[in-house]
Amino acid sequence: MFENSFVRKVVLLAVLAAAWEVYARWLANPLLFPTFSDTVAALVSSITSGRLPRAVTFTITLLLKGYLAGLLLAGILTAFASATRIGADFLEILTSMFNPLPSIALLPIALIWFGLGDNSVIFVLIHAVLWSVALNTYAGFRGVSATLRMVGQNYGLSTIGYITRILVPAAFPSILTGLKIGWAFAWRTLIAAELVFGVSSGSGGLGWFIFENKNQLLIPNVFAGLLTVILLGLAVENLLFKSIENATVRRWGMQN
Amino acid sequence: MSFLSVEDVTLEYRNGRESFIAAERVSFTVDRADRFIILGPSGCGKSTILRAIGGYLKPVGGNILLDGKQIEKPGPDRVFVFQEFDQLLPWKTVKDNIIFALTASRRFPRAEAERRAAAFIEKVNLTKFAGSYPHTLSGGMKQRVAIARAMAMEPQILLMDEPFAALDALTRSKMQDELLQLCVDAKFTVLFVTHSIPEAIRVGTRILLLTAHPGRVKAEVESRNADPALIQEMLFDGRMEQGTAHV
Repeated sequence: MFENSFVRKVVLLAVLAAAWEVYARWLANPLLFPTFSDTVAALVSSITSGRLPRAVTFTITLLLKGYLAGLLLAGILTAFASATRIGADFLEILTSMFNPLPSIALLPIALIWFGLGDNSVIFVLIHAVLWSVALNTYAGFRGVSATLRMVGQNYGLSTIGYITRILVPAAFPSILTGLKIGWAFAWRTLIAAELVFGVSSGSGGLGWFIFENKNQLLIPNVFAGLLTVILLGLAVENLLFKSIENATVRRWGMQN
Repeated sequence: MSFLSVEDVTLEYRNGRESFIAAERVSFTVDRADRFIILGPSGCGKSTILRAIGGYLKPVGGNILLDGKQIEKPGPDRVFVFQEFDQLLPWKTVKDNIIFALTASRRFPRAEAERRAAAFIEKVNLTKFAGSYPHTLSGGMKQRVAIARAMAMEPQILLMDEPFAALDALTRSKMQDELLQLCVDAKFTVLFVTHSIPEAIRVGTRILLLTAHPGRVKAEVESRNADPALIQEMLFDGRMEQGTAHV
């Protein structure tokens, strides 16, 4: 049974939770470090009261808006870069300039441009997603072998057909990497942005949930919020992207 | 008028700023149901000539006419089989690779494409692997799928660029026999590039000999009464053999 990596990981998690519980009880200071059982209780009550689900829905909706807008722009930029040499230079300059710039650093300027509200966050999210997806997609297109390109051309496909039916699947390992990196950036950026001004449009997201509970010194709720951030991140990275990976690049033997 | 005519074709190969002449004033004609071999050492421009017929490369001089029409761009009437094993789409199964080729090129409607795919997979003895992805197949099996895919498309001419060069000797000779059988059965017109003299004699009906740097036509021989030693001498002017002679 211990051969199964899932079983091993579950056992490790149980050990960590137990260590947390023991340490917090020994410390006996719920304002600094609540116990694991208090955190779970806070998590359950936040879920049943509907506050946490509302915060999660808000955050995920915002994230999807920013993520999809980022993907769309990345697609346009990549198409431009693949079609013309000046487009390729343009993409190269922009990515090398903006990729090292943490998105959250743009938040102050976004607030001036778009005011408090969703639009500022979406702007920052686009910045988080755009460069990694565009860069990886473009690199993936360039990495498609000459043979595969010639096979594609041999079928007399239209330009759009050639891109969607040959180049995109052939470059899919890189594209998926870009999507994963973009997601990771966007997720971290969004939580950070919400911590700063989550209350903007009446109902706050997950970051705001954490911030608000900290202000009211409801520390178990803060931990419950942090736990939710971890769980959601894990779910997307390990369940969603893993299953996309298994259904595509692993199945096709394209992952190196 | 012949089916495919290559008239006085000169091809340049560009490498950065420099350009090299890959083939110089090459002329030959291919008739229907010919298995026409272009034979020559590396650097004689034989693959480049095939690519120009495929429409991937424009000649800097001369004309290439297929059925009286100038070749402008790649198209499904001239299907390529490459040497490389990565010519199958890795995201599609064996069967879907063939179906996609037939439907994407609009050669056949979906139902007909499925039927043809199954039939050609059977012809190359891969029925058991119809649902497999290419990465699970051996090199020889991948080449067989590529050949089945090309033939199922029913092109006017099959362009084969050393399709067996990356295979081991045993698989190679078996594949030559299989190809021969398929071509004889279906009366395909084939243009086959190789650097192996025995392969040329075995597979072809007519053989065009090219010399290297730049590629020029040396002679054309019938493979029925071809003498390997004589071909060797014609290609290299009696010098030491530069190419490799596989079986």
